[in-house]
Amino acid sequence: MSLDSDRDRNAKRRWLPRAEPKGWTSLDLLAEQEAHLRPHKPKSLCGLSFLDSAFHSRHRTRRVQESRLQPRLLREPAAPAMSIFEYNGSAVVAMVGKNCFAIASDRRLGVQLQTIATDFKRVFKIHDKLYIGLSGLATDAQTLYQRLVFRHKLYQLREERDMKPQTFASLVSALLYEKRFGPYFCQPVIAGLGEDNEPFICTMDCIGAKELAKDFVVSGTASESLYGACESMYKPNMEPDELFETISQALLSSVDRDCLSGWGGYVLLVTPTEVQERVLKSRMD
Amino acid sequence: MECVLGVVGRDFAVVAADTSAVQSILVHKTDEDKVLVLDSHKLMGASGEPGDRVQFTEFIQKNLHLYQFRNNIPLSTAATANFTRGELATALRKNPYSVNILLAGFDSDVGASMYYIDYIATFHKIEKGAFGYGSYFCLSLMDKLYRPDMSVEEAVDLVDKCIKEIRLRLVVAPQNFIIKIVDKDGAREYARRAYTSNSPSDAATVTA
Repeated sequence: MSLDSDRDRNAKRRWLPRAEPKGWTSLDLLAEQEAHLRPHKPKSLCGLSFLDSAFHSRHRTRRVQESRLQPRLLREPAAPAMSIFEYNGSAVVAMVGKNCFAIASDRRLGVQLQTIATDFKRVFKIHDKLYIGLSGLATDAQTLYQRLVFRHKLYQLREERDMKPQTFASLVSALLYEKRFGPYFCQPVIAGLGEDNEPFICTMDCIGAKELAKDFVVSGTASESLYGACESMYKPNMEPDELFETISQALLSSVDRDCLSGWGGYVLLVTPTEVQERVLKSRMD
Repeated sequence: MECVLGVVGRDFAVVAADTSAVQSILVHKTDEDKVLVLDSHKLMGASGEPGDRVQFTEFIQKNLHLYQFRNNIPLSTAATANFTRGELATALRKNPYSVNILLAGFDSDVGASMYYIDYIATFHKIEKGAFGYGSYFCLSLMDKLYRPDMSVEEAVDLVDKCIKEIRLRLVVAPQNFIIKIVDKDGAREYARRAYTSNSPSDAATVTA
């Protein structure tokens, strides 16, 4: 059973028509050294492109057969099979207090196992009382944020007022579902003060399924740890200072258990009268 | 295999890249310039697929020149970086470019700045960065030795240490490097580093 026929068969499963490199011989292995830099040079034989295959990571097969070909020396450094959502690493959490809310994120920008920067911004302002935190793939978070700011500015010009958080959440949900079959690999966390300064938080998955909550919402690679930490530390109707303390402790203790997020924290506390931004110093690993 | 690294100092930025053009086991050239001078005060160090690298960086360069012809003022470094990121992001889900970019520039109001733009259009402003296998060796060296107010000599010394490490520790390492600098006097080539001696600890002839 030749390797080429496997690849030809699997080539039909691909979504995008793309030329597979001919001649998968040992001479080409040197050229494949930095395959992790190219979006479409899959190590597996299932023939899916980088972005699509990450979305269907459960269907990867026959990866072991491929790696036996390459001499150990020339194989690329340990790049475990990571989901596209774990490519950059992120952690975002939002909590509701008494007439206030807090939204926090970690500060690491990584490329799989390597840390590139420790001052990356994940929480963005839409208007004075509305913030969105975008976890997941950093490039899509930046693209999505630019699109959302554009839409909000147009809304401001037409309606001559700021968007309500509930409306904005619907907008984000619609934008994400537009890309249902080629999504943005982000999970947004939206937090804002609505009518009568009532705090509003919600999160959604990468295709726009809204999840409203009355207490806290989390997303990112550290989300499971965050759920646990927030559930145990949260109390309803916390004052701003206590809310800040709670969200900080929840964030820091969760990202300490996640290798892909951390390297500091960034917390925004929003009350009807002021906005407090703080940068947390944490375990820098 | 292709290493690009950059450091921002006090009112200048240094970008260095290896100068090998490799295909499979063959080294086509050992003096390929991978740090393109975009305009008078900008440098773009790029690594990745050779065709994409040349096409994309020249595309950015020509668009930059067009803007300057049309508007009579040069584009700022931040705007250039955002434009580059936008082009990569637009192409990402159609026909992606496999190019990683370190864009360094000097503006009279902001000073020197450097931007890290991934092949999937991840955009971030950084003080020190590196791409490729060389980054596994360089980034930690830079973390230890970098200071924000470095002089040109100190920054080039840091880059030399990184080059030495790459030569010593990377299997099938590129031997020759080019170092370019951008400061208030413009973007220009600063030095080339060529491996001339048998002793692995020797660093190089300087032509600048």
